[in-house]
Amino acid sequence: MIRAWMALGAMIVAMCVAAPAWAEIDIKEVTSPGGIKAWLVEEPSIPFVALELRFKGGTSLDAEGKRGATNLMVGLLEEGTGDLDAQGFAKASEALAAQFGYDSHADAVSISARVLSENRDAALDLLRQSLVAPSFPQDALDRVRQQVLSGIRSDLKDPERIASTRLAELIYGDHPYGSNGEGTVESVTHLTRDDMIAAHQGALAKDRLFVGVVGDITAQELGPLLDQLLGDLPETGAPMPAPAQLEIAGGVDVVDFNTPQSVAVWAQEGMDRDDPDFFAAYVLNTILGGGGFESRLMTEVREKRGLTYGVYSYLVLRDLANVYLGSVSSANDRVAQALEVVQAEWARMAAEGATEEEVEKAKALLTGAYPLRFDGNGAIANIMVSMQMDGMPIDYIATRNDRVDAVTTEDVARVARQFLDSDGLLFVVVGQPEGL
Amino acid sequence: MLRRIVLAVIAGAGLAMPAVAEDIVTDFTLNNGMQVVVVEDHRAPVVMHMVWYRAGSADEKPGVSGVAHFLEHLLFKGTDTLAPGEFSATVAANGGRDNAFTSYDMTAYHQRVAADRLELMMRMESDRMVNIRLGEEEILTERDVIIEERNQRVENNPGALFREQLNAAQYLNHRYGVPIIGWRHEMEALDLEDALEFYGTFYAPNNAILIVAGDVQPDEVKALAEQYYGVIPANPDLPERARPSEPPQTSARRMVFYDARVAQPYVTRSYLAPERNPGDQKQAAALTLLAELLGGGQTSVLSQKLQFETQQSIYATSWYRGTSLDATTFNLLTVPAPGITLQEAEDAMDGVVAAFMEEGVDEAHLGRIKMQLRASEIYERDSVESVANRYGRGLTAGLTIADIQAWPEVLQAVTPEEIMAAAEMIFDKDKSVTGWLKIAEEEVSQ
Repeated sequence: MIRAWMALGAMIVAMCVAAPAWAEIDIKEVTSPGGIKAWLVEEPSIPFVALELRFKGGTSLDAEGKRGATNLMVGLLEEGTGDLDAQGFAKASEALAAQFGYDSHADAVSISARVLSENRDAALDLLRQSLVAPSFPQDALDRVRQQVLSGIRSDLKDPERIASTRLAELIYGDHPYGSNGEGTVESVTHLTRDDMIAAHQGALAKDRLFVGVVGDITAQELGPLLDQLLGDLPETGAPMPAPAQLEIAGGVDVVDFNTPQSVAVWAQEGMDRDDPDFFAAYVLNTILGGGGFESRLMTEVREKRGLTYGVYSYLVLRDLANVYLGSVSSANDRVAQALEVVQAEWARMAAEGATEEEVEKAKALLTGAYPLRFDGNGAIANIMVSMQMDGMPIDYIATRNDRVDAVTTEDVARVARQFLDSDGLLFVVVGQPEGL
Repeated sequence: MLRRIVLAVIAGAGLAMPAVAEDIVTDFTLNNGMQVVVVEDHRAPVVMHMVWYRAGSADEKPGVSGVAHFLEHLLFKGTDTLAPGEFSATVAANGGRDNAFTSYDMTAYHQRVAADRLELMMRMESDRMVNIRLGEEEILTERDVIIEERNQRVENNPGALFREQLNAAQYLNHRYGVPIIGWRHEMEALDLEDALEFYGTFYAPNNAILIVAGDVQPDEVKALAEQYYGVIPANPDLPERARPSEPPQTSARRMVFYDARVAQPYVTRSYLAPERNPGDQKQAAALTLLAELLGGGQTSVLSQKLQFETQQSIYATSWYRGTSLDATTFNLLTVPAPGITLQEAEDAMDGVVAAFMEEGVDEAHLGRIKMQLRASEIYERDSVESVANRYGRGLTAGLTIADIQAWPEVLQAVTPEEIMAAAEMIFDKDKSVTGWLKIAEEEVSQ
């Protein structure tokens, strides 16, 4: 029972009162003889290496009528390769105590690995087989398909998933972002082994690969190892989808679902990372609903009125769209009041901006908490991959807090006025809300 | 007196594993009885500051379920010197993050901040150990918040409602049968007096453990701890943690839970099981390995038989949570494949366990599990927070530092014979609770 869930995303942030804690993170760019680039932090104090591989595109690359193919394909990478079947692969990775994670989402396929120094080469060779030579055996396909279908059926009865799915449908329409990457019962039921092979070729290619490595390994060792691990992947993959055209018409969309607490999510248009006002919007969001217990939404909806356990807003930066989202859950007879407060806070911020004190506090939180994110080899590898995917310079970490600190109270007020659209908010409410 | 502790990873015979000897953990006790554990990690100038109380929901009196968790929320509401909300606001203003959590055997408060803010955290955390000030009004609002929390975690989730009923059936007499967050009707009646009584009884330095993990030196932690926590008097009336124990279970208990919001039916079974005890962790170690053999991933016995061979399950597993003050449970679960009834799924699960009792432990499998356990100690050092949590959980569950340190070796020393003996002891149907989660047919209203 934790006091609050820090909702996904929105974990960004820092400090102006005093010098922030700073980890000296020495990132090297390594290019393999074969031309594969990686960012590396050498950290020999613990005898293991964390590797993060990310292939841009993800489930949004699914071919027409094949929704869920990328997701299912990624679930099958560890289910058979070369001479090894699923059991053989699992036994081999257990014997090496290697930890491999295979995941997919709307913008990328992510591979996370942790391997011990003592058997690093053997462990990475096993990982290589799963990436470049998965065999997609039919029995594994049928078995994992049942697991995926079970998850899809569960999502259909989960109010939080129903809400996010409905919101995505409304704002993204036919774009891949408008449907779940897991696919539907219908689409997943009909996926074939050939679809898996095609999805693999489309998603795991060198032209969309980003690599972060942290741990007990040197730049000299890493170069050749990258070629061994990834050199056999195809050069190019499936074409990237076009940017999404947002359609956000303000209002309330209720999905009837018999459950005692309504789940509400809302959206308005977002802001691009490259927008000159991005950091002002970022500070603004921290004050409005992204800053945990200190945000205005949390203060007004939870602390003063007790209407919810948690209320949050998030600036969502996706590769093909930017949106500004929020979420709250409240009993069916109280959710209307919660949403009224949310909308009023949106409007108040647009009209008045934030106080000097609020802006300074938000900046302190953002700049101070930023170094806290670099807490472990895996976390740092992850951050380095995201930086590369977002096109950030290798020295970005050292300059990031200055960008936050440069935001003024006037910037926040101006951006709040231009950016926040309280009347244009689209709310989706799942439950049996009274008075909506 | 500082006592240096060596975390040793024991290299296993036949498996190459570097012998790692890390002295990253130090512990000592203040004069007022407050225990302190320091976990060093100097890779980044960050610190995690935690205070764990040996008081959780299972320490509540009957009738006020949820009060331990309610009090946890109220500790953010202000003291003689801090206004409501000022605690978290101050942490945030210093670029940190704070939170708290409650379980059956413990309540913990923690902040992650730059290492040079440790003193400020100690000043505020020691203040709210004994100085909270609460008004009637904020009590009522916060009670609404925890009821919404229950809505979100439990009432909106049929699986959580089902597990609540299963626990209640498992524990007839012990407070582990009562949900941590509380029964709704009792939560609705919680008041200031209930919260303050729990606070006065359990929040004291001699019932608390300070854990500081990160870029700190034990000496510096000790000096600060003495300054801020060491001056708080011990509570001489601290009650002993003697909770009602379970009567012998003499017949199997079963339940079927229906909810229209269920998408995926499943079968689960729990058996009352011994926990890790101070100086006596062998049986718990055997049960830990038994759970891994039966249910730990793709190559486990349940998965191999039910997901791969007969394909009667889409998922099957087992688990055991040995770190517990009082008797815990050993659990089995199977999610039937389409077309398989819950009865067939349960019978198949029982069949796998019966076959395991005949066939015994696959030594190669056990070897792989032990290899992974050794490696997990290396991986764990990447996160001092998980080391800190392991100590906090262990100490609040009645274990000693020595027990926590010895645990990896105790696990490595378990033999196949000990695992089978533990299995013989645990798999007694008369001492089990079996639950089916089913889809209720709802009247269609469209």
